[in-house]
Amino acid sequence: MSEGDPRPYAVELRDLTRSFGATTALRGLTLSARHGEVTCVLGPNGAGKTTAVEIAVGLQRPDGGQVRVLGRRPYGAGADHRDRVGVMLQDGGLPQAVTPRALLPHLARLYSTPVDVAELAGRLGIPAFERTTVRRLSGGQRQRVALAAALVGSPEVVFLDEPTAGLDPHARREVHVLLREVAARGTATVVTTHSFEEAERLADRVAVVVGGRVAAAGSVDEVCSGAGAAGLEEAYFALTDGVSL
Amino acid sequence: MTAAGTTDTRREAPAVRRVLAQARFEALGLLRHGEQLLVSVVLPVLALVGLSLVSSPQLAVERWSDAARIDVLAPGVLALTVLSTAFTGQAILLGFERRWGVLRLLGTTPLGRGGLLLAKTTAVLAVLALQLLLLGGVAGALGWRPDVAGLLPAVVAVVLGALALVSLAACLGGALRAEAVLALANLVWVLLAGFGGTVLPAVALPGEPLLSLLPTAALGDALRDAFVLGAWNVRALLVLLVWGLLAGLLARRLLRWSD
Repeated sequence: MSEGDPRPYAVELRDLTRSFGATTALRGLTLSARHGEVTCVLGPNGAGKTTAVEIAVGLQRPDGGQVRVLGRRPYGAGADHRDRVGVMLQDGGLPQAVTPRALLPHLARLYSTPVDVAELAGRLGIPAFERTTVRRLSGGQRQRVALAAALVGSPEVVFLDEPTAGLDPHARREVHVLLREVAARGTATVVTTHSFEEAERLADRVAVVVGGRVAAAGSVDEVCSGAGAAGLEEAYFALTDGVSL
Repeated sequence: MTAAGTTDTRREAPAVRRVLAQARFEALGLLRHGEQLLVSVVLPVLALVGLSLVSSPQLAVERWSDAARIDVLAPGVLALTVLSTAFTGQAILLGFERRWGVLRLLGTTPLGRGGLLLAKTTAVLAVLALQLLLLGGVAGALGWRPDVAGLLPAVVAVVLGALALVSLAACLGGALRAEAVLALANLVWVLLAGFGGTVLPAVALPGEPLLSLLPTAALGDALRDAFVLGAWNVRALLVLLVWGLLAGLLARRLLRWSD
């Protein structure tokens, strides 16, 4: 949708390397995401998706390579930068002893231009359990609260690490509709996922990460034709089978 | 969902507003936390009431020997409360917040890591103010008559003591696994409450020269000198300052944001 978008890439990761002791997580990963698009990042467990996301949101510093998010280096970037970036971490990161009803308005107060919290919570079905503390919520309910927390600041770039994991089909469908709307407003939306169906339904562009590198990137059709595959699932296995992690 | 600002219209919320919002959130969380209140309010009240009803161990010793037992006991219990809230409670909370990923998530918001630490410290000081007022009220009902001239040195001692103990909590809660933090923080609380110069002055314990250098003993002594004698205990305040600086530097090295 943003073929004519004059803005530079919202997210640019170039030749990233990152190791943890003897384990190499990233081996020259290069990935970009545009404003107004949903970029789905696929890859096996341990491929480096979460490490790449954590570098992009400033939680880790790469050993090598370059990172630019909204034109800034995220590690150590100031509050003005973080105000424009939404994050949903794989482990949720939610305080356990509070209710969504207390947490989401509080998080909204940390941002300059928050969304309408009640409207966002309503879209995600949160009112049904908003008076229950986070520790007593089901996995899927927590996912919805964590997603709301990522979107509450009306971000220009949002990183969502497996946002639909554990959601039932109805909730997943609603999340997909919501994310398309978020992207349509111009937000660069980066989603890691294990679901081919999700990527095919949601993504303007996909990137397949294998062994700490991007093995293929582009539209779903481009990735499929590049791998000589009829569908994304076939392309994924063609790209990932036999690659050591 | 209502759209919000673009790059051009955004101006991040003022840092002070963010920190105060988070401090309020943290303070309400502390006040709602049942187990935490047990350690930081119920146990000190029990210690205050229980020890005021018996005559042993001897508390009015050395320079406080002319004072009534409750006048020496109450400042020690206030020091115990600071230990409970600023050290034990914060260390355990920090350990579990690292486990849950709360610190990492809040570090990605405009609040940031520095803002989060500042908010936590502010929340601890605010909650301590309420707890100390409550304990002061109970002690007053038991006959405590503090020297009004000691109010300012006592406030300085509580602030320095809380900062030192929060920094020590960051060293422990920020470095170890949550379960280990839970066990160690409670063990340290028991040891320092009993033998750390809080309720029972260090001067009444064996090994006084060394014990008096503990932050809990320094805080207890500074509060006893303030409220019993109306005096500044400069040495004790310096001990607290040094603990705060050293623990703060150490916390910068040890504090990890994830489990």
